[in-house]
Amino acid sequence: MTSPRAPGPHSAAALPVFDVAVIGGGLVGSAIAYGLRGSAASIAVLDEGDIALRASRGNFGLVWLQSKGFGLGAYSAWTLGSTRLWPRLAAQLQEETGIDVALEQKGGLTPLMGDYEIEARLAWVHKLMAQPGVEPYEWKLLDHHQAASLVPGLGKDVTGAIWTPHDGIVNPLKLLRAFHTAFDRSGVRYLPHHGVTGIAQQADGGFTLDTPQGPVRARKIVLASGLRNGDLGKMVGIDLPMAPQRGQILVLERTRRLLDTPMVTLRQNDEGSWLVGDSQEEAGYADHITTLPMLATLADRAVRTIPALKEVRAVRAWSALRVRAQDGFPVYEQSASHPGAFIVTCHSGVTLAATHALKLAPMIAAGTLPAELDHFSTRRFHVQKT
Amino acid sequence: MFRRLDAGTSAPRPVRITVDGQALDCREGDSVAAALFAGGIAACRDTAVSGAARGPFCMMGVCYDCLVGIDGRPNQQACMTRVRDGMAVERQIGAREVAV
Repeated sequence: MTSPRAPGPHSAAALPVFDVAVIGGGLVGSAIAYGLRGSAASIAVLDEGDIALRASRGNFGLVWLQSKGFGLGAYSAWTLGSTRLWPRLAAQLQEETGIDVALEQKGGLTPLMGDYEIEARLAWVHKLMAQPGVEPYEWKLLDHHQAASLVPGLGKDVTGAIWTPHDGIVNPLKLLRAFHTAFDRSGVRYLPHHGVTGIAQQADGGFTLDTPQGPVRARKIVLASGLRNGDLGKMVGIDLPMAPQRGQILVLERTRRLLDTPMVTLRQNDEGSWLVGDSQEEAGYADHITTLPMLATLADRAVRTIPALKEVRAVRAWSALRVRAQDGFPVYEQSASHPGAFIVTCHSGVTLAATHALKLAPMIAAGTLPAELDHFSTRRFHVQKT
Repeated sequence: MFRRLDAGTSAPRPVRITVDGQALDCREGDSVAAALFAGGIAACRDTAVSGAARGPFCMMGVCYDCLVGIDGRPNQQACMTRVRDGMAVERQIGAREVAV
């Protein structure tokens, strides 16, 4: 391809200097770019190509509160805030793009099997709720009978469940599509095949991003590149230790809708497919394989949760990597050495999408992250070691 | 729509199945999907989400557009299943149920 031709669709030729360049076109970067539109004159979203790790396409799609914030109360409160903003985001996306992202917030369950699991989880929740920074919210331990009133065909092995009214689901693929449709309609430039390989700040404070398609220039940048944020962070003086965590998901064939109360391990989506998940493995970057022992464990637990699923066939399985900072909590920070460069890393790009779009984006646009986000800076990884 | 080609040397054994209770004569070795086409039935299911009519497309196990109920089991791939005497085939209407 050396013949001189008109620039192709991915050519960086004649790109303007953008107000903001968001590095990463997944759910985190997309939510922020979406939310910046009112306050930034021009926005670019730089994405990789088809071989990117893409947690945004491999996730479980929960909008979930009850398991968040053990060890950092502020993360629980931050998550609760996002669950409250979610109806607004869903309504806005529907109005703007015509895409219904299938948000349902009817409450959710963590199913528990046996006294040991119940006691351990109960102690865990009490400890979580007692932490400073947690905004109290309604939750209950249900017995089998109460849980069975929410889950048709609940198996007898599920002897209890933790319930909150705040938990729910969304269709994460429709969510990503809605963001990108909004970009098309509002002039946000989506630039695929623009994996960033270098970042330099000019004397005037602007940034130049090196990409395989040539340089992209922007006055502000947001690093939202998932597991790549560890490498990119270093380029703007931020040391962010990342620790990918593999999750395997088993997909069952579509059925008529049965389950309106999602569980952390089992949900039915808006079009009828069932997702079975919540495995957690330290497997480096091996997201190209699934393992039979893990899938068997997932299937066994799903069938114990709703025995009638034994007759429903598995049609797909995949692995994906959770984007996790070393301690599992979100990271929001503006670089001290490279002002104008912001870094955003979190595991829950679906749950936090509403807060990222409606709350975090305006903060980034204003140029400073308020004190309430201090909990989420990388300083927590670098306490004095002397 | 579809017309059988000559079967060549040996005449295949006739097989009788039912489709939604109606008898359909076909031949040993046919897949259920081929038997449906030969019997003039092009749409064997309605989709799970919108309820639009669908029929066999790829004939090789990939597209999942030929799902039918077979002998009481929903969502069977018609193109990957050979006809048997007495087989009861049903149109797959939307998504299957979970029998809780």
